[in-house]
Amino acid sequence: MSAPALERPADGPVDTAALQQQFDAVIAAGHRIEPRDWMPEGYRKTLIRQIAQHAHSEIIGMQPEGDWLLSAPSLRRKAILLAKVQDEAGHGMYLYSAAETLGADRADLTDKLITRKQKYSSIFNYPTPTYADVGVIGWLVDGAAICNQVPLCRSSYGPYARAMIRVCKEESFHQRQGYELLMTMMRGTPEQRAMVQDAVDRWWWPSLMMFGPPDDDSPNSAQSMAWGIKRHSNDELRQRYVDMSVPQAEVLGVTLPDPELALDPATGRHRFGAIDWDEFKQVISGSGPANAERIARRRAARDDNAWVTEAATAYAAKHAADAA
Amino acid sequence: MAHEETVYDALDHAHGGEGQWAFGTGFDEPLAGVDTTVPEGIDPADLGAYCLMLGDDALVLAQRLTQWVTASPELEEEVAVANVALDLLGQARLLLARAGSVGVLGRSRTRATGSIPDEDALAFFRDPDEFRSTGLVEAPNGDFGQTMVRLLVAATTRLAVFAQLRTSRDPVLAAIAAKGVNELTYHRDHAARWVLRLGDGTEESHRRGQAGADAVWPLLAEVFSPTDVEQRLTAAGIAVDPAGTRDEVTGVLTQVLGQATLGVPAWPADAPPRGRLGEHGPELTELLADLQGLARQHPAATW
Repeated sequence: MSAPALERPADGPVDTAALQQQFDAVIAAGHRIEPRDWMPEGYRKTLIRQIAQHAHSEIIGMQPEGDWLLSAPSLRRKAILLAKVQDEAGHGMYLYSAAETLGADRADLTDKLITRKQKYSSIFNYPTPTYADVGVIGWLVDGAAICNQVPLCRSSYGPYARAMIRVCKEESFHQRQGYELLMTMMRGTPEQRAMVQDAVDRWWWPSLMMFGPPDDDSPNSAQSMAWGIKRHSNDELRQRYVDMSVPQAEVLGVTLPDPELALDPATGRHRFGAIDWDEFKQVISGSGPANAERIARRRAARDDNAWVTEAATAYAAKHAADAA
Repeated sequence: MAHEETVYDALDHAHGGEGQWAFGTGFDEPLAGVDTTVPEGIDPADLGAYCLMLGDDALVLAQRLTQWVTASPELEEEVAVANVALDLLGQARLLLARAGSVGVLGRSRTRATGSIPDEDALAFFRDPDEFRSTGLVEAPNGDFGQTMVRLLVAATTRLAVFAQLRTSRDPVLAAIAAKGVNELTYHRDHAARWVLRLGDGTEESHRRGQAGADAVWPLLAEVFSPTDVEQRLTAAGIAVDPAGTRDEVTGVLTQVLGQATLGVPAWPADAPPRGRLGEHGPELTELLADLQGLARQHPAATW
């Protein structure tokens, strides 16, 4: 599906109204905006913010599970986990590249992350005290991420949509691996089963918060939906996630920690209890259990190795000069 | 909507449907379906001990490299270092499984329950004195420069052995080596490129690169000294005597350091292969504490 050209005229005054009209027509037709097309400044800024936040989440998201890389309890699990954490670094790379097509710069975005000018998903500020957390992050956190991200494969911005197709395929694989780990643990010792239930108890509510604030308290949602950056409302996606997770929890043999969770026979959907949005606001604003540690590690990776990056740049410059 | 529905459908299937996942489920039993018969005239204890030497080197270096994950200079390097670690982990799994297949399990089986596969019994339930790795892979990483110099040296020595091991009379070792040669060629190349950039980069990186080489070179002392096991198996066409790889290794290293404008440190005098005989420093004990802690807390668990 190719969009009609939205090139700015080579000379003559810029007719913003005409460009806006063309842009609106592309969005209305469900076509894609590409990097060289004209786009409203608000669209560009909103996309950069959203894509950067997503990229940051992938990179910070390497840490909670990465904490188990050295002590995974079998070599097979170690290989699976290492491959997963590696995929997350790859996702961060595609997403920063997508942001760069909008004029952003990776180094600058990283700086905004470690100076806390840009956010990342608050879910990664929770600690991972047991190996069951690795499985539950795969099942619930990656599961919620997939519900959020699959619609983004149809985002109106081409490079973002294409990056998301690959990301979603890999996330689906991670989700299945997480679930498989939990199934194995549930067939294991009583301690292992208790570890799984404990991890589910800790991650269920935070995973519901991954869909963002409720629709009546989500100030940017309407504009993002109009621009085709967002395809479904937060509450709608959250409901899908709950409906998807309940039968999976039953197969697994764990209890989701919500006494109000029940199937509504009239709608075929699940009713669930009230989410503690105060906790969400605290964690996202930096008071989560592991915020400081996550940012400090990312900062150390950059600052402690700045000499390496400088060396690579200097080497490239010297040898470009040699070749010239 | 079509794509979206497919992915949601896929998620509802906890099992089956291999086709829709991004890549295969290639993490399972390393030697599944392989004929593990011991070649005629070979002592299984020797063959198993040799597999532990090569397997432990890979396992320990994979663990060291994994320490860089979430701490690397660039995202590209996160991916690369994880890739190298994954390759080495894969080699370790095959080699430990091969040792187990010929009955070399040491004391691990007295601790690990029957549901734990051989590769895990060997990785998680042996004590340091049963490990056969060398000091070259056990030493702490140091900075990124020292890490890349060590990777260069380790990949170069291992590649020289694996290249010859492809014609081993043990078909399992030959197959492991054939696969490993491609991987190790990439590891050596990746490390060499970094050594060039650091040596010929800035003043600081040159200084650090040189310090890295100076710290790593003494670890070569044990690398070319064969054990009795390696000598017996080399005579029988199974193994590779590391002494025979010296010229290739010193040649490659001299070339890379020269091109990187780094000085080649003095080659250390050969020392007895202490690591191969089970003598290790505190670094290995510390590394194994991280590696083995959780598995040992749950000896009856399956993961």
